[in-house]
Amino acid sequence: MKQVLMVILILTISGVTSHAQKKAEAKKTVKTEVISAAVFANGQKVYNKYCLSCHMADGGGVQNMNPPLIKTTYVLGDKTQLIKIALNGLNEEIEIDGEVYNNVMPSHGFLKDQEIADVLTFVRNSFGNKASAIKVSEVKAVRAEKK
Amino acid sequence: MKKSLLIPVLLSAMAFVALYSFKNISDSNSKPAPDADNAGLKLPEGFGALKVAELGANARHLVVTPQGDIYVKLARAKEGKGIIVLHENSDGKAQVTGGFGNYGGTGIYMKDGYLYASSNQEVFKYKLDAKNKVINPDKPEKIITGLKAGRQHETKSLVLDNNGNVYVNIGVNSNSCQEQDRGLRSPGIKGCPLLDSMAGIWQFKAKELNQSYGEGIRFATGLRNVVGLDWNQQNNQLFVMQHGRDNLNSSWPELYNEKESAELPAECLYALKQGDNAGWPFMYYDQIQHKKIVSPEYGGDKKKEADSKYIDPAVAFPGHMAPNGLLFYTGSMFPEKYKNGAFIAFHGSWNRAPEPQKGYFVVFQPFKDGKPSGNWEVFADNFAGTPEKAAAGRADHRPCGLAQGADGSLYVTDDVKGTVYRIVYTKK
Repeated sequence: MKQVLMVILILTISGVTSHAQKKAEAKKTVKTEVISAAVFANGQKVYNKYCLSCHMADGGGVQNMNPPLIKTTYVLGDKTQLIKIALNGLNEEIEIDGEVYNNVMPSHGFLKDQEIADVLTFVRNSFGNKASAIKVSEVKAVRAEKK
Repeated sequence: MKKSLLIPVLLSAMAFVALYSFKNISDSNSKPAPDADNAGLKLPEGFGALKVAELGANARHLVVTPQGDIYVKLARAKEGKGIIVLHENSDGKAQVTGGFGNYGGTGIYMKDGYLYASSNQEVFKYKLDAKNKVINPDKPEKIITGLKAGRQHETKSLVLDNNGNVYVNIGVNSNSCQEQDRGLRSPGIKGCPLLDSMAGIWQFKAKELNQSYGEGIRFATGLRNVVGLDWNQQNNQLFVMQHGRDNLNSSWPELYNEKESAELPAECLYALKQGDNAGWPFMYYDQIQHKKIVSPEYGGDKKKEADSKYIDPAVAFPGHMAPNGLLFYTGSMFPEKYKNGAFIAFHGSWNRAPEPQKGYFVVFQPFKDGKPSGNWEVFADNFAGTPEKAAAGRADHRPCGLAQGADGSLYVTDDVKGTVYRIVYTKK
């Protein structure tokens, strides 16, 4: 009897502990958010095809012309604003760290919602950036608002 | 009788010796020793370079006076000064002695007792004293005003001829006059109305004030953007370097692959006559086929040849290297082969990605009897710092403006760190 009680006690304790561990893990996932390899790979593919020629392979942009994508509020800040830039392009002077960038960015509204979401997620998690993913639903919402 | 003759002979001999030694002193003063590392540059044998100054600002074009003053035009005014004045010591190093002109810009030129400088919409002139110092830096005369300036190709380079005319570049705020600038498969706007007031070289009078489009002459058109230009004294003719179009692959991926888009179109040197049309945006020059090709925005298919009415380039360089400075060398410090040839400062590319970037050097194009003769060669290299930095487009320095010193030294500005270089020939 004593032994049975002991086993139950051990089981209960270990069960509680493992449950607690799972909870902690779940919390951790929300915080750093693992981006699926497929999303990242597709995002990179879109980046290389449509973005790299101006923003460069290292995301560092071009002096006076094309703004860098590294740790700027344009990239890491408001998601809606970032989605709008991708969809509509940008034709205004941008100043980042005292440097001015002037080139015109054409609209990339021809890309699919999935492609926009993936490429923005890729940009937000490359070149030293770390930020939450952009969901397809978020792109869809901004595109719908535009219409 | 004999005595009275002897004295003037002796005197003139003494004067000759004195003058001769003075000439020697001034010669050695005007040819300073290069830096031990040639200021980081790679140069042909017999040449050396020194870092004259580092301004920590976007140094664009420059003027060097025979008295050792240097006027540097900044892309953006720094502490209210868009033109920085430096003075050289006898060792060739210079310090900032002042500044004026509360406007950014690129163009600056000295001619017949005046200094000319441009903002992105205006051109001013400043009277110089006998020592080429600006008499009244706060009260320039505004000779040209109201020029269009978009957010790309907005700078106004300038040069004067020998007949009192000023030539100003008005770059166009567009890549290829597409309905949506740089857009995917976006067609060209019919007839490209932008050409009426941009994408050309305009001629104005150096003596007149407040001139604009109404008073000027569109001297040449179909030039997307010119930054480097110079007056060739041998031919008495204007030469300009055009920045060719971008985005052949990103706008027309079905026609041009990334490699073709990196190489095409050529960066062209044009010898201009009044009325010339270089064809932008309707065509570009393909330096591999050696042909003028119709732009994809205007029905081109990469092969279709353009109307022969458009002028041919004098020299065609690889694409996207961004020629920002042009100078015909008239000095006598450098060896004979450089005389009357063209130096071109290539600022360096960006629109070659994902292919390696190119440029970030000063090129020499030999000329004979006022015409290009023989192949161009890289003259001053390694402004970028390393070949890897050049390939990545992450250059430490980017050459921009060129000027010739009174002794025949070649000056080069850098608009990343504001370095002013001086290249000298050291071989006896």
